[in-house]
Amino acid sequence: MDTLLLSRLQFAITAAFHFIFVPLTLGLSILIAYMETKYLRTGDKDYLRMAKFWGRLFIINFALGVVTGITMEFQFGMNWAEYSRYVGDIFGSPLAIEATVAFFLESTFLGVWIFGWNRISPKMHALSIWLVALATNLSALWILIANGWMQNPVGYVINNGRAEMVDFWAVVTNPYGLLKFGHTVLSGWVVAGFFVLGVSAYHILRKNETEFFKKSFKIGVIFALVSSILVAGIGDFHAKEVAATQPTKLAAMESLWETTKDAPMYLLLIPDQKNERNSVEAIGIPSMLSILAGQKEVRGLKDFPPSERPPVTLTFISFRLMVGLGFLFILLSLWALVKSKRIENSTTLLRILLWSIPLPYIAAQLGWIVAEVGRQPWIVYGLLKTSDAISKSVEPSQVLASLIGFTLFYGALGVIDIYLLAKYARKGPQPKEV
Amino acid sequence: MEFQVIWFILWGLLWAVYFALDGFDFGAGILYPFIAKNEMDKRAVIHAIGPVWNGNEVWLITAGGATFAAFPTTYAYMFSYLYTPLLIILFALILRGVAVEFRPKAPTEAQKKLWDAGILIGSFIPALLFGVAFGNIFMGLRFDESGYYGTLFSLLNPYGLLVGLLFLFSFIVHGGLWVSLRVPNSLAEKALSRAKKFWYPQLICAILFLILTAFYTRLYDNFIKYPIWFFVPTLAVVFLLLTGVMIRKNKKGKAFICSALFIITLVFSGVIGLYPNLIPSAIDPKYSFTIFNSSSSPYTLKIMTIVVIIFVPIVLFYQAWTYKTFMYKITEKELKEENY
Ligand code: HDD
Ligand code: HEM
Ligand code: HEM
Repeated sequence: MDTLLLSRLQFAITAAFHFIFVPLTLGLSILIAYMETKYLRTGDKDYLRMAKFWGRLFIINFALGVVTGITMEFQFGMNWAEYSRYVGDIFGSPLAIEATVAFFLESTFLGVWIFGWNRISPKMHALSIWLVALATNLSALWILIANGWMQNPVGYVINNGRAEMVDFWAVVTNPYGLLKFGHTVLSGWVVAGFFVLGVSAYHILRKNETEFFKKSFKIGVIFALVSSILVAGIGDFHAKEVAATQPTKLAAMESLWETTKDAPMYLLLIPDQKNERNSVEAIGIPSMLSILAGQKEVRGLKDFPPSERPPVTLTFISFRLMVGLGFLFILLSLWALVKSKRIENSTTLLRILLWSIPLPYIAAQLGWIVAEVGRQPWIVYGLLKTSDAISKSVEPSQVLASLIGFTLFYGALGVIDIYLLAKYARKGPQPKEV
Repeated sequence: MEFQVIWFILWGLLWAVYFALDGFDFGAGILYPFIAKNEMDKRAVIHAIGPVWNGNEVWLITAGGATFAAFPTTYAYMFSYLYTPLLIILFALILRGVAVEFRPKAPTEAQKKLWDAGILIGSFIPALLFGVAFGNIFMGLRFDESGYYGTLFSLLNPYGLLVGLLFLFSFIVHGGLWVSLRVPNSLAEKALSRAKKFWYPQLICAILFLILTAFYTRLYDNFIKYPIWFFVPTLAVVFLLLTGVMIRKNKKGKAFICSALFIITLVFSGVIGLYPNLIPSAIDPKYSFTIFNSSSSPYTLKIMTIVVIIFVPIVLFYQAWTYKTFMYKITEKELKEENY
């Protein structure tokens, strides 16, 4: 295997692993801040216990989010030196801004929150978790502006053999990046909403602290429903933006081979990349694809040379599954909302919710596969090929060693983290003080 | 002043602040198993760095991000040339972070022991290897226009190891002082006595560093050209001696501040010697990555300067507030009730 393939594999594994922990952080921080504020407003001790219970799970999750994030930052230089050299003038800035504007705020005030219970005023304490919530979501903004630029490069000129920034404002307001930000952050909120629903369902089923978990459930269900609707809504705009800027990705997402006017969408479809066709196409909805893509004429893959087409089957299946899950989340959270008054009686629904905890995580991972695999063979769409982005001075043996190292080390950390999360989630909140 | 020069100073500043802050976390983590023998002591040391270590580490992330944004060519080649050593530092940092966070939540003794080892290893390796890396950068790396010729073992040369030990001992002293400021009394005494002990090897390494730097590197060239800059290394020597004096007088707070200032002036002494190089080539200076041939465009540097001028003071302000808030002596009672 060569450095390129190994580095791609390593990037995919480490990024996907980072993104197991990120989404929960994005959403749960907001819910905890809300709970603590509610305690300050009402004086109801249950909300204080709630902030502490969910806060502990948050901290366990956060630890791995932080340490896996450092890997991401190192890797651009270590494995993608030519990429870093070529785009650093533009891509480096959002990363540096992310650290100065967001990471400092988030890590400093999480320390304050964890250790400050008896040291600062209750108001200041609640403020610190709000700052954490703000900062985590701000960090997502900057990294997605960076990633958005790779998807849709703007505000640059090619100069001195590299891309140089000429318009910072255009980079920051890149519609691709902003849509990506909205969609990704909301996907994290969906993850957090369903996490709270699932863990609460576990305890309600066991009649453990039912009142406490019903209150958590109520907060979770509204958050999950609103985020599920919004993530699907923004996803639709996102797809139109993809259609406008990355025709090859859109065609792969829908497995569309021929350029078509008023293109229909097939509910049942099996791509066949080798023969440049679909082996099954059934249950078509007329003009639907054109409507979703926001284009009368949708370009097909055959318009582009095979060397510029992404892997179709993976992109297509990932996209379909993500969207399918997206609709499922809306239905599930609606159902949960309707039943939330007497939720302890709906044991089937509670069981479904418990088992649904992993689904939003899966949807988010699928989303990244669509975005990243669908962009191939480009690392910066239309500008730089992934194969030209690699570090030339790094030997395959070095990357093989690091890849094995990451797999084993991350694997162990993942097991420990899930074990701790499950343990403290099952344990439930601290008993009420009498 | 040209933007490149401003960013060179900022680059040095970010590294200096990083080592002055995370340095004491590393030192505390290295001393941890040796001074903390029972559960309460262990909790105390972890508690001493608990609220701040992550905020300190972000200075590293910012130093990395700033290198990427301001000197992308240097970032690209420094990180890929030093692939394996950086990977080792990265794994150690991951281990340290997870160990510090998970130790308090580990349900069994066996798991606690595992994280205890993690805290030690995860603090020791970066403390040493950051020094080795900087020692090698001071000497210059073996690269020319067609690539890099060094290996992991060629980095472990006598001068690199000397700088590694200098960093290591400096961080141990620094960490001992920090811990002695924060933990209950009997443990604080132990931490202080370690700081006292490790000050001697620190001093010896510093003297050797001053001498051997003349033989192994070109750092003195800039100082000979502009002797005024000798005040920075002179200050470093003064702060190092003052650290020793203050430890002996039992003035822990002042000793800690002197030790922090020593680390900052030490880093700046090296950085001044490097100017205008970021990574010199040991093969031929014409291949060196300098702040002029590896920087971003003036436009990007200008944007980044504005960002930094606005946000870094804000960061310094709230981090200072955090230090003030948590600069108290942890009580036994607090440790017993601890539950996070
Ligand atoms: C800031 C940029 C960025 C961000 C935020 C992400 N990626 Fe990415 N991804 C890349 C930048 C990138 C890349 C540098 O462009 C890669 C590396 C090699 C490549 O082919 O594209 C890539 C490759 C890549 C691949 C392999 C594609 C292939 O080789 O065909 C997968 C599956 C993912 N990524 C998945 C993810 C996931 C799950 C992420 C969630 C955190 C993620 N990416 C975030
Ligand atoms: C590939 C690019 C990425 C890089 C270089 C990167 C870098 C980092 C770094 C260095 C940290 C640790 C910060 C600390 O120590 O406090 C971190 C954490 C974090 N990152 Fe990323 N990251 C990437 C992808 C993402 C994405 C795609 C998102 C969200 C949409 C994201 C959101 C976060 C959040 C919320 C945290 C806070 C800690 C946590 O995860 O729990 N990151 N990241
Ligand atoms: C239900 C309708 C949904 C639609 C129409 C939709 C649409 C899209 C599109 C078009 C992309 C690709 C963007 C690109 O290539 O850059 C994408 C990416 C993504 N999706 Fe979705 N999505 C939906 C639901 C969800 C759900 C439920 C989640 C997670 C809970 C999710 C998480 C993601 C993530 C993390 C990405 C990658 C980041 C990004 O490109 O924004 N999506 N989505």
